[in-house]
Amino acid sequence: MAYATAHHEEHHHEHDEGIKVMGFWLFLVTDCILFGALFATYAVLVNHTAGGLTGKEFFEVPGFVSETFILLTSSFTSGLAVLSMHKEKIKPLIGWLIVTLLLGMCFVGLEIHEFQTMVHEGATISTSAFFTAFYTLVSTHGLHVSVGIIWMISITIQLKRYGITSVTKRKVTIISLYWHFLDAVWIFLYTVVYLMGVM
Amino acid sequence: MLDKLKDFSSRFFVTGEPMIYGADVAILLTLAGIIFVLTYLKKWKWLWREWLTTVDHKKIGIMYMLSSLLMLFRGGVDALLMRIQLAFPQWHFLDSNHYNEIFTTHGTIMILFMAMPLMFAFFNIVVPLQIGARDVAYPFLNAVSFWLFFFGAMLFNLSFVIGGSPDAGWLSYPPLSGMQFSPGPGQDFYIWGIQISGIGSLASGINFIMTILKMRAPGMKLMHMPLFTWSVLASCIIIIFAFPVLTVTLALLFIDRFFDGHLFTMTGGGNPMMYINLIWMWGHPEVYIVVLPAFGIFSEIVATFSQKKIFGYKSMVFSMMIISVLSYFTWVHHFFTMGAGANVNVFFAITTMAIGIPTGVKVFNWLFTMFRGRIQMTQPMLWTIAFIPCFVVGGATGVMLSAAPADYQYHNSYFLVAHFHQVLIGGVVFGFFAGLYYWWPKMFGFKLNDRLGKWAFWTWNIGFYVCFMPQYALGFMGMTRRIYTYDFDMGWGPLNVISTVGAFFMGIGFIFQAWQILHGIKYGERDVTGDPWNGRTLEWSIPSPPPHYNFAVIPTVTGQDAWWTIKEERKKKKAKETAVFSPIHMPKNSGIPFIMSVFWFIAGFGLTFHWVWMAIFGLTGVGACLLARSFQYNSDYYIPVDEIRHTEDSVGRVG
Ligand code: HEM
Ligand SMILES: [Cu+2]
Repeated sequence: MAYATAHHEEHHHEHDEGIKVMGFWLFLVTDCILFGALFATYAVLVNHTAGGLTGKEFFEVPGFVSETFILLTSSFTSGLAVLSMHKEKIKPLIGWLIVTLLLGMCFVGLEIHEFQTMVHEGATISTSAFFTAFYTLVSTHGLHVSVGIIWMISITIQLKRYGITSVTKRKVTIISLYWHFLDAVWIFLYTVVYLMGVM
Repeated sequence: MLDKLKDFSSRFFVTGEPMIYGADVAILLTLAGIIFVLTYLKKWKWLWREWLTTVDHKKIGIMYMLSSLLMLFRGGVDALLMRIQLAFPQWHFLDSNHYNEIFTTHGTIMILFMAMPLMFAFFNIVVPLQIGARDVAYPFLNAVSFWLFFFGAMLFNLSFVIGGSPDAGWLSYPPLSGMQFSPGPGQDFYIWGIQISGIGSLASGINFIMTILKMRAPGMKLMHMPLFTWSVLASCIIIIFAFPVLTVTLALLFIDRFFDGHLFTMTGGGNPMMYINLIWMWGHPEVYIVVLPAFGIFSEIVATFSQKKIFGYKSMVFSMMIISVLSYFTWVHHFFTMGAGANVNVFFAITTMAIGIPTGVKVFNWLFTMFRGRIQMTQPMLWTIAFIPCFVVGGATGVMLSAAPADYQYHNSYFLVAHFHQVLIGGVVFGFFAGLYYWWPKMFGFKLNDRLGKWAFWTWNIGFYVCFMPQYALGFMGMTRRIYTYDFDMGWGPLNVISTVGAFFMGIGFIFQAWQILHGIKYGERDVTGDPWNGRTLEWSIPSPPPHYNFAVIPTVTGQDAWWTIKEERKKKKAKETAVFSPIHMPKNSGIPFIMSVFWFIAGFGLTFHWVWMAIFGLTGVGACLLARSFQYNSDYYIPVDEIRHTEDSVGRVG
């Protein structure tokens, strides 16, 4: 009987964890729509600079290219973390998560720096419709990354405490999904906002 | 110092209106009364343990229902105030500013804080029971959704006595809702009240999609699901596509207001039309979000009380799915006058008219189900039958509005006001009333009085036609919406008087319903069978009210109308099989959803008054709650077999 209950429990948990991952996919769908609406706003307002400054004068190629590079790398390292998890290797798992975290922080740092320089040079959120749309879109992504960082720190601590279980496994799976998603959104940002902006 | 305080409080509290002072006193008295009663009866602990921390979907559903009925009362009082003001020409019951505030809060409350939560009440109470599940997919998240709705609604309602109400219409078009024309906090109350509860709605959408897809009893294929469950699925699909757009729209409006942005301003290159497109991309699907579940309710009721299988099950499912897709492609019909050009308008006019087709299919299916059925005229059935002609007329005037060239004439007239109330009241409110009467015995274990119900039914229905039919005519006579008074020589007076009388009839109907509920609590006939209507779906197979684990043994489903099939088989076999129980896995209660929503409320209040420190405090609290939850590993438990046996025994259920 004891065995039966234990077995039952294990079965239950795996079922629950599976549903949670699927629910997260649905959440990502909603987040896609959220970004879609922001992109649409940006696209409508991209030329509404009220006769003033445009993005071309502010976007710095080395800045956003290195942001892109860092974020793509962090997506890769989060993938390595998941690989270690599947091999049940806790040390590399935590290690790769920490690398991912640090890269994420670098990204956010660079973005803040970029915004600061722009504001300094006179392009604030209230300069024109274009800049409002720009700051809104880009910082929504940045905010997502920041939330992801805090979240990932919490999961790393939980991994240290509880090791690899069906619960922590699900949590790592979800955060890495989230991280890849942010990466995908950034690729659109990179193309639509920055590349098309400087061209 | 004292002067400063005085100055602050005169801006902080809404002053100068005797009616509002009256409301202040009433609110304080009610609060004091509630606190006194709870303390006197020593019920605080009970309240916290049984309700505030519950993750039981049935209790959450009941809380949704109670709050939304309260909101129906508030929205209804707003409606009556407006109708009094409009009854006579050159009447000065309300001033123009107050009138603006009231139609804004009325519209917002009715749609977001009455119809939505009443719908979620049904999702919660009915869906897990209909699909033979013990819970929703994410019980904790479900509690979060409820408390977010609740505190969002509270925040919005607070604007009435603190800071001042929003007055830019229920969709808050800029530039009217921008800083320049709405500098006070009213608009920010609007933004954060809706934003906070909207996040909850989005989470519910995800939750119920997963519940329906993943938690069905063994054997229940998609095409075996009861139609109400199908309608919930359709509605939730629209929710997850539409609500993120609302989130964005409100956030953008806030950015314009708080950071002095230029997305929708006339200066700085902004484009107010962008807002109007975005908000209707949510707003139009929104009306289908609330009406589809009503369709689901009607389908259940028609089948049960005609004692027949529903006619055209597949076409019902199909038409709901078509509606859920089409609803997303019609938003421009709200502003054909935008000047987007003929081709765009034609596209949206056609998609709008196209929705009439699947809707018509459903109406015919309901009629065919009733045809040659043994119809029982119970209270749920009465509301269902009253719905049909009402919705047909409302639909027809909708098609009139959807003709783009004609709309240039009706746009923003009382014709429109009559149309949308006809579909919202005739479709949504009547539908939800029908559902309340239908599932009431399941929720509470007693039936509601028939006589009082009939009185309520007739006063509501007669009141409805008396109130809204004259408004179609007023529309043709040139009366526009959102005007607070008019001149004698317009000749609109008599029809407006009639309309106001009708509105009061509906108010009386509501009083009958409140009475009916109180009467039921005292004298209501108990339902000991669990199946008072001879139902067809699984919720009727368990006791009323259901034990917290719902099903002692999860049923196995073999086709549509699962409970009906089981009953037929039992009749044939006669012998009852004895149930074998095993421990049931349940989630533990948690205070986090409540506490987290309080923090959201604090954050929302801070953002409303642009007090950054308070917003940061609130948001930090939200984050802390999320982390606390993430570190909670021990959040479920097992109900032992003995306890199940005991519970089932006490409701006379051990086979
Ligand atoms: C119970 C009877 C009701 C009455 C007598 C009533 C009456 C009114 C009146 C007089 C207006 C203002 C029209 C104007 O001046 O433009 C109005 C607006 C509105 N009502 Fe109702 N109403 C009722 C129920 C409802 C319900 C149940 C809903 C939704 C589920 C609803 C949704 C709205 C909306 C969205 C507006 C537009 C607000 C705006 O212009 O911003 N009403 N109603
Ligand atoms: Cu519409």
